[in-house]
Amino acid sequence: MPKTMFQKVWEQHEVAPETADTPAVLYIDLHLIHEVTTPQAFEVLRQQGLSVRRRDLTLATMDHSTPTRPEQVFAGVPVITTAAAKQVEQLERNCSEAGIELLNMDSELRGIVHIIGPELGLTRPGRTIVCGDSHTSTHGAFGALAFGIGTTEVGHVFATQCILQRKPATFAINVNRKLSAGVTAKDLVLAIIGQIGVEGGTGHVVEYRGEAIRALNMEERMTVCNMSIEAGARAGMIAPDETTFSYLADRPRSPHGAAWERAIERWRELPTDPGAAFHREHTLDAAVLEPMISYGTHPGMVIPINGSVPNRKGDPVFDKALAYMGFQAGEALRDRPVNVVFIGSCTNGRLGDLRSAAQLLRGRKVASNVRMLVVPGSQQVKAAAEAEGLDRIFIDAGADWREPGCSMCIGMNGDTVARGEYSVSTSNRNFEGRQGAGARTLLASPLTAAASAIRGRVSDPRDLL
Amino acid sequence: MDKITTIRSRTVVLPASNIDTDQIIPARFLTTTTRIGLGKQLFSDWRYAPDGSPKHDFVLNQPQAAGCQVLVAGRNLGCGSSREHAPWALLDYGFRAVISTEIADIFRNNSLKNGLLPVVVDAATSRWLIENPGSEVSIDLASTTLQLPNGISVSFPIDPFARYCLLNGVDELGFLLQQQASIAAYEQRHKDL
Repeated sequence: MPKTMFQKVWEQHEVAPETADTPAVLYIDLHLIHEVTTPQAFEVLRQQGLSVRRRDLTLATMDHSTPTRPEQVFAGVPVITTAAAKQVEQLERNCSEAGIELLNMDSELRGIVHIIGPELGLTRPGRTIVCGDSHTSTHGAFGALAFGIGTTEVGHVFATQCILQRKPATFAINVNRKLSAGVTAKDLVLAIIGQIGVEGGTGHVVEYRGEAIRALNMEERMTVCNMSIEAGARAGMIAPDETTFSYLADRPRSPHGAAWERAIERWRELPTDPGAAFHREHTLDAAVLEPMISYGTHPGMVIPINGSVPNRKGDPVFDKALAYMGFQAGEALRDRPVNVVFIGSCTNGRLGDLRSAAQLLRGRKVASNVRMLVVPGSQQVKAAAEAEGLDRIFIDAGADWREPGCSMCIGMNGDTVARGEYSVSTSNRNFEGRQGAGARTLLASPLTAAASAIRGRVSDPRDLL
Repeated sequence: MDKITTIRSRTVVLPASNIDTDQIIPARFLTTTTRIGLGKQLFSDWRYAPDGSPKHDFVLNQPQAAGCQVLVAGRNLGCGSSREHAPWALLDYGFRAVISTEIADIFRNNSLKNGLLPVVVDAATSRWLIENPGSEVSIDLASTTLQLPNGISVSFPIDPFARYCLLNGVDELGFLLQQQASIAAYEQRHKDL
């Protein structure tokens, strides 16, 4: 019987299969943790006298509430929120007591949890990966089964290296032909969410397939899988191929020598068998897509950059979203003034994203009405960007070049957008208040964000390419 | 965890669809290191004006919301982030069940693990509940039924294991810890990978 990639990975990790009465006990190969969703889980371990079962399969970083100003990271200038500083200290104490490796503020490997796993070679095809963060779906780009969990489940994984799960359904999203110039992986995933809806993937693991997906590099595949959760999906996956293997070869913690050869052999068995059935399918044509931008308060409210805000008369939820955003039904977003541009996050904080923005900003200036923040996803991304002079391009253009972290995607560290301001952001959520109370977020690609920074208005990047 | 058998309460209705966890508890409150006391920040940006004063047009600030334990919401409740702070905040405020036509996966899981009952109902039942805020409903977990005051009774789906744990006040971690031998055997079989 032909199997989907999801089924194969699932079956390989069943410690006990599900029954009518009990969920499956699923083994976890990699548990990534950070400061925000773990303190209460460590507390449960302490209360129950339990220890972390597999410290060797657990890695900690600090990213969500950490400062991005270099003087705060390295020169002892206090952070804005003392609670955030306390949370970071708590993680240090917890990891030290539990014997968990922590990439702390002065580590050259520190970064956003979903950037560092792949970068280190810990994210691998066929693995099960969890983290107390919904964007764990990112790691599915390698053919891993990766999903976000709550803090109670973080405690379960600490104590047993397993979680209890009911088997989700499968959903194939077939993307035919290729994206055209100026249209990126971010535009593709925004278009997909716009088509299937923010609840379109609920209860399902999505497998992205087709010519357009195969043509994406690993960073672009991560951008697509990252936003699977914005369609409600449990996880997103892409079959491993030569692109995956060449990304992973020679990563610091990838297998080496004979172990690498054996791993590749196993990974080649993972892709979905011909004829395997999915519970649902959706097909779209990549070649007709345009740069996308969000206009509302969830990631399914998107339009092509030259489109206009739809009209849904009599839908109070829709009207509320437009009122929050200060937009009218039927109006075009293009040329609307912008206050803030943010480049970064686990969605678009990788080297390719920075290159893509720098390509437009080279020799140009950020418009005087715009405050632009560029936050690399990790110290390794930052170092690589600086080695090729991208930091100079951003700084010369008038942008702020920061230390790695989640920063303005979630606004926990003081990097926020002011009430009523418009932010063109490469992050993943445009929920009310996501980037700060009253902030208005327009989700877009790094290209569209950079073009909008230069013109000071919502812009089609293809005009500047 | 306390046992859940029957929840009988008037409802509070938030008819919006896609109420995400950033609305339930905004990210700036996630710097806490405990799970208690989040109720005062529940729906913070909908509940309070920028100066901290309560917004009187928001339902939780109205007298009829006092003491209600059941929240009725539009489709796709709890989408977005995996923060367990969302059910913690709802429970701390005093809610014991949420009702919607669709509840996002991670939020539903997190709710079940904390004794906040996620009740998924059909569109007609949801419409009736939304159109009749403050109705006295009864949710019986043993029979998995929701009883409306108009005499209609509907059954709701719930994972049998989660139901067992909630009815008996049992922690799922206990079940997992009983699997230690199977887990060790699994690790032995896979140690070369």
